[in-house]
Amino acid sequence: MDSLEKINADFATLFRDGRTLLDKGCGAVINGCREEAFRKFVDLGGIPFKKEEYSYLNLLPLFSRDYNVVLKYIRQEVDMNETFRCAVTNLQTNPVLTVNGWWFDENIEPEIPEEVVICSLREASVKYPDLLARHYNHYASAARNDGLVALNTAFAQDGIFVYVPDDVVMERPLQIINLLRANTGLMAFQRNLIILGKNARASVLVCDHTLSEQEFLVNNTTEVYLGPRARMEYYQVQNQHLGASQINSLFVSEHRNSVFESNLVTLYGGTIRNNMYVAMNEEGGECHLYGMYILDKNQIVDNFSYIDHIAPHCISNEHFKGVMDDASLANFSGCIRVRPDAQKTEAYQANNNLLLTDTARVNTKPQLVIDADDVKCSHGATVGQLDEEAMFYLRSRGIGLEEARMMMMFGFAHDIIQRVKLEPLRVEIDNLIDKRLRGELSKCHHCVMKCKK
Amino acid sequence: MLKIKNLHAAVDGKEILKGINLEIREGEVHAIMGPNGAGKSTLSSVLTGRERFEVTEGEIEFNGKDLLQLPAEDRAREGIFMSFQYPVEIPGVSTVNFLKTAVNEIRKYRGQPPFPAGDFLKMIRQKMELVGIDNKLLNRSLNEGFSGGEKKKNEIFQMAVLEPKLAILDETDSGLDIDALRIVANGVNKLKRPDNATIVITHYQRLLDYIVPDVVHVLYDGRIVKTAGKELVAELEEKGYDWIKEEVGR
Amino acid sequence: MAKEQENIIQEVTGSEYKYGFVTNVETETIGKGLNEEVIRMISAKKEEPEWLLEFRLNAYRHWLTMKMPRWAKLDIPEIDYQDIVYYAAPKQKESKQWEDVDPELKATFDKLGIPLSEQMALSGIAVDAVMDSVSVKTTFKDTLAERGVIFCSFSEAVRNHPDLVRKYLGSVVPYRDNYFAALNSAVFSDGSFVYIPKGVRCPMELSTYFRINARNTGQFERTLIVAEDDAYVSYLEGCTAPQRDENQLHAAIVEIVVEKNAEVKYSTVQNWYPGDKEGKGGIYNFVTKRGICRGENAKLIWAQVETGSAITWKYPSTILKGDGSVSEFYSVAVTNNYQQADTGTKMIHIGNNTRSRIVSKGISAGYSSNSYRGKVKVVKTCRNARNYSQCDSLLLGDKCGAHTFPYLEIENSTAQVEHEATTSKIGEDQIFYCNQRGISTEDAVGLIIKGYAGDVLNKMPMEFAVEAQKLLQISLEGSVG
Repeated sequence: MDSLEKINADFATLFRDGRTLLDKGCGAVINGCREEAFRKFVDLGGIPFKKEEYSYLNLLPLFSRDYNVVLKYIRQEVDMNETFRCAVTNLQTNPVLTVNGWWFDENIEPEIPEEVVICSLREASVKYPDLLARHYNHYASAARNDGLVALNTAFAQDGIFVYVPDDVVMERPLQIINLLRANTGLMAFQRNLIILGKNARASVLVCDHTLSEQEFLVNNTTEVYLGPRARMEYYQVQNQHLGASQINSLFVSEHRNSVFESNLVTLYGGTIRNNMYVAMNEEGGECHLYGMYILDKNQIVDNFSYIDHIAPHCISNEHFKGVMDDASLANFSGCIRVRPDAQKTEAYQANNNLLLTDTARVNTKPQLVIDADDVKCSHGATVGQLDEEAMFYLRSRGIGLEEARMMMMFGFAHDIIQRVKLEPLRVEIDNLIDKRLRGELSKCHHCVMKCKK
Repeated sequence: MLKIKNLHAAVDGKEILKGINLEIREGEVHAIMGPNGAGKSTLSSVLTGRERFEVTEGEIEFNGKDLLQLPAEDRAREGIFMSFQYPVEIPGVSTVNFLKTAVNEIRKYRGQPPFPAGDFLKMIRQKMELVGIDNKLLNRSLNEGFSGGEKKKNEIFQMAVLEPKLAILDETDSGLDIDALRIVANGVNKLKRPDNATIVITHYQRLLDYIVPDVVHVLYDGRIVKTAGKELVAELEEKGYDWIKEEVGR
Repeated sequence: MAKEQENIIQEVTGSEYKYGFVTNVETETIGKGLNEEVIRMISAKKEEPEWLLEFRLNAYRHWLTMKMPRWAKLDIPEIDYQDIVYYAAPKQKESKQWEDVDPELKATFDKLGIPLSEQMALSGIAVDAVMDSVSVKTTFKDTLAERGVIFCSFSEAVRNHPDLVRKYLGSVVPYRDNYFAALNSAVFSDGSFVYIPKGVRCPMELSTYFRINARNTGQFERTLIVAEDDAYVSYLEGCTAPQRDENQLHAAIVEIVVEKNAEVKYSTVQNWYPGDKEGKGGIYNFVTKRGICRGENAKLIWAQVETGSAITWKYPSTILKGDGSVSEFYSVAVTNNYQQADTGTKMIHIGNNTRSRIVSKGISAGYSSNSYRGKVKVVKTCRNARNYSQCDSLLLGDKCGAHTFPYLEIENSTAQVEHEATTSKIGEDQIFYCNQRGISTEDAVGLIIKGYAGDVLNKMPMEFAVEAQKLLQISLEGSVG
């Protein structure tokens, strides 16, 4: 295994030698952040190692593998729109694809209100420099101690840009389909920026998939700005093969009376780290983070969240649940931070885990850091097995042991999935979970959402 | 239908049932009464196959089969149903999905094809009417957030759907007000057929005012110490259990 | 007695820290600073055997390679370890006869409510009184000896029971364990030693009273408790210090060994000087306490009321090694003014069918910061472990902080682990309800806090519970209303 020093040195070389390529085609705002970001990466000691935020996740094996890093867009020789069609029954979406972190150049024109902008981030950085200057990298700075986010800012070249202006409602959900496809191992960076003006509304569904067998390591960072009274639903389904790992960071900046609701479903993948930072900047904000992870084999999922109550009268609610089989490892770390002036905060956090085998492991670390007194905050965490009494109840109705286990696990998961507001999506995810629990999903590396091969 | 011979059972090494003998035939309603701690709930747990309870001696035959050899689910599939004293809440599992799974697993055991989806819903609706429960209950998570009365009604509704040969009502009256009690008892009576049987386990008389037993047993200290007709119910209600204790001489 | 208690309450509510006086007693000290010479000097003064000096020197050399831990949510100023006196002893005659104890010392402990004369003592409590670096007096030693119970100062144990000390010293908290453990292992001065032989139920509560008196000194005591098979002991520990403007360092180690079917209950009322209203002065309290349930069905209970110290860094922990062993941790930690506390526990489940329970109640007031930090670990081979943790925080005032940092590390699927925590302030409706019944807001808060901390106070031995309750009230004085 490579040492931390070597990995960090490799990144330094790559940054120095690749600088011209990195800057090419990107607007001044993106390029203007690189130097400082890379300095921060170096100052933080590079790849996080034995840090409190990564205490249960060793990243060295992941970064020690050989990957290619491609600093320019490579055209795919196949039509991705044909190769990959992700359709949830009865759910009309506007799909846009990314390939290895880059905006797919043959994306179909989405049917959106004309004021709305959906395009590649690099394009936006040239076309809308003012918007980018106002938002780009403003929210990701919340990850003060995370070298990987700084690394993303240093290397980011493309991704998705979404702008929904004031008072505009984007009815049809935007579906971002992140695809990975390469002939050799690949490390990719992706950067997304989503801006919702005041009273704007949008739902975004993100699907992460792999289209080839190679090993991948994706560092994907998304920044979301919600103006006053803006509402956003955010769904992400992670379904990649076991050799595909991702560092997936989401930063949300909420303003007066805005509402952010997310549901993160991790079905398959190698090592997956999810960072979620939500800043409640103004009064009346609301945020709901839900998550469900189902792991087996040697999968590792590490969910990290930091909800920062800066302003008073905000509500946050977080609930993550997981089922661990085989020799999998699940980590949960969630921090509710209530700043001195954030009176009348209500914040809840829960993490429940089911362990199915003696080799599966769970580390959970729910945290409250509270510096205001007029608050209602609580958290809870459990690690256990299926409830015996409930199992007996099911069996006494004639349901066999295996089926009873399935039902109990499905029920455990559905508790989270029922929060998905788009009904067709909810039904589809329920199906996916059911298949996943029955072990029927593991054979398919591709999207199971009825994709045409 | 059911023959219990010299049944002894223990929990955590402590003997609770000390030699039960009981025979139930088709079409009969048996009441099992007794003071707290007599072993009433242990008996129902042993009959339905709760693993915590260890049978140390004796046998149970159900329609010619050795019941003690069967796991809990197979006993249910053979037609034994228990209405739980404390029905379990299972979040995330809808009542309708739960029942569909149960019905089809039982059908599979009996070598029948799964219920066609349309017919299943039709059947469910009929049974709901029969028991008098709300449609909304179907899509709610099993027993979650149900009131005591709703839970017990849901038990009887499940009984209607699963059509057991032997129904065991374990303290079904506990925690019910008089209206709920009447509805539950009504449901049970409507489901009574010449080819099925019922065991009503209770501490009090009130449920037996509505579900009239053919035979009444008094369970005390792990044994059936008295068996008589329905007139015994009134006598117990009037005199309490103490005279039985005296009669048994303990 | 009742009258006297009332007086005490009177006296207490008048002053802020009732234990802040200084005893005028001639003290023998060595110069400030820490090096191998100092360690040799301490060891020589105590006439220690060679192996113990070796132990100290190894610890010291290891300490030099270590860095002060910074992971706790504490703002710890730089500590100049060369500016501390590592040995201070009240001068007294060799003899430990009651008549020979310096009257000033007697008076001191009397004033603290710790009578050292056996005639005057509260019935059923044996006391080891430690001032600065040495044990002043241990009561009821003879009574205990009749049952085979050894209760004496650590130095005495080194002299009279070297084999026992050598066998267990560092067996639960090795000197490499952490920075402060290494420091303590190098310079520890005195403390208490308890040995309960097989099958013996200790006939009375054992108690050690720690008092810092001398200026510029650090206190580094060490407690070692061994309960053999089927033994039982309840042990109490209390601490106070004079009111001084400078900070003083206290770095102690407690090691507890609980064998098969034995039970140890360890209670602490920690009331080191917390500093003044502006946060000036106070004790830095960095303590490593750990017990091991070595045998089957061993049981270790921790109960602590933490009201003192400017900074508290303390995590009484249990290693549940024996199958079926049980550990419980009950804590009330109060911080007021500029106090900082980072305290909690660790429960390490190794043996099968081990159970642990954690109840932590934090109360923050003023500008203080109060953190619960706890770890529950279930190792791979441990089957059927059970843990339940309940950690509540109460905030009095909008300038203080309450933080909760649980770590649950589970490697076996048969474990059932549950953690719950809440943070809130006292409900206005609760206070109004009391007001409406004629109870003043101040009293209402006292009442509510008493109820809030009740679960923990109930676990303390009775005499301590009363003391602890008074302490809670005093510590929070002026923080509401």
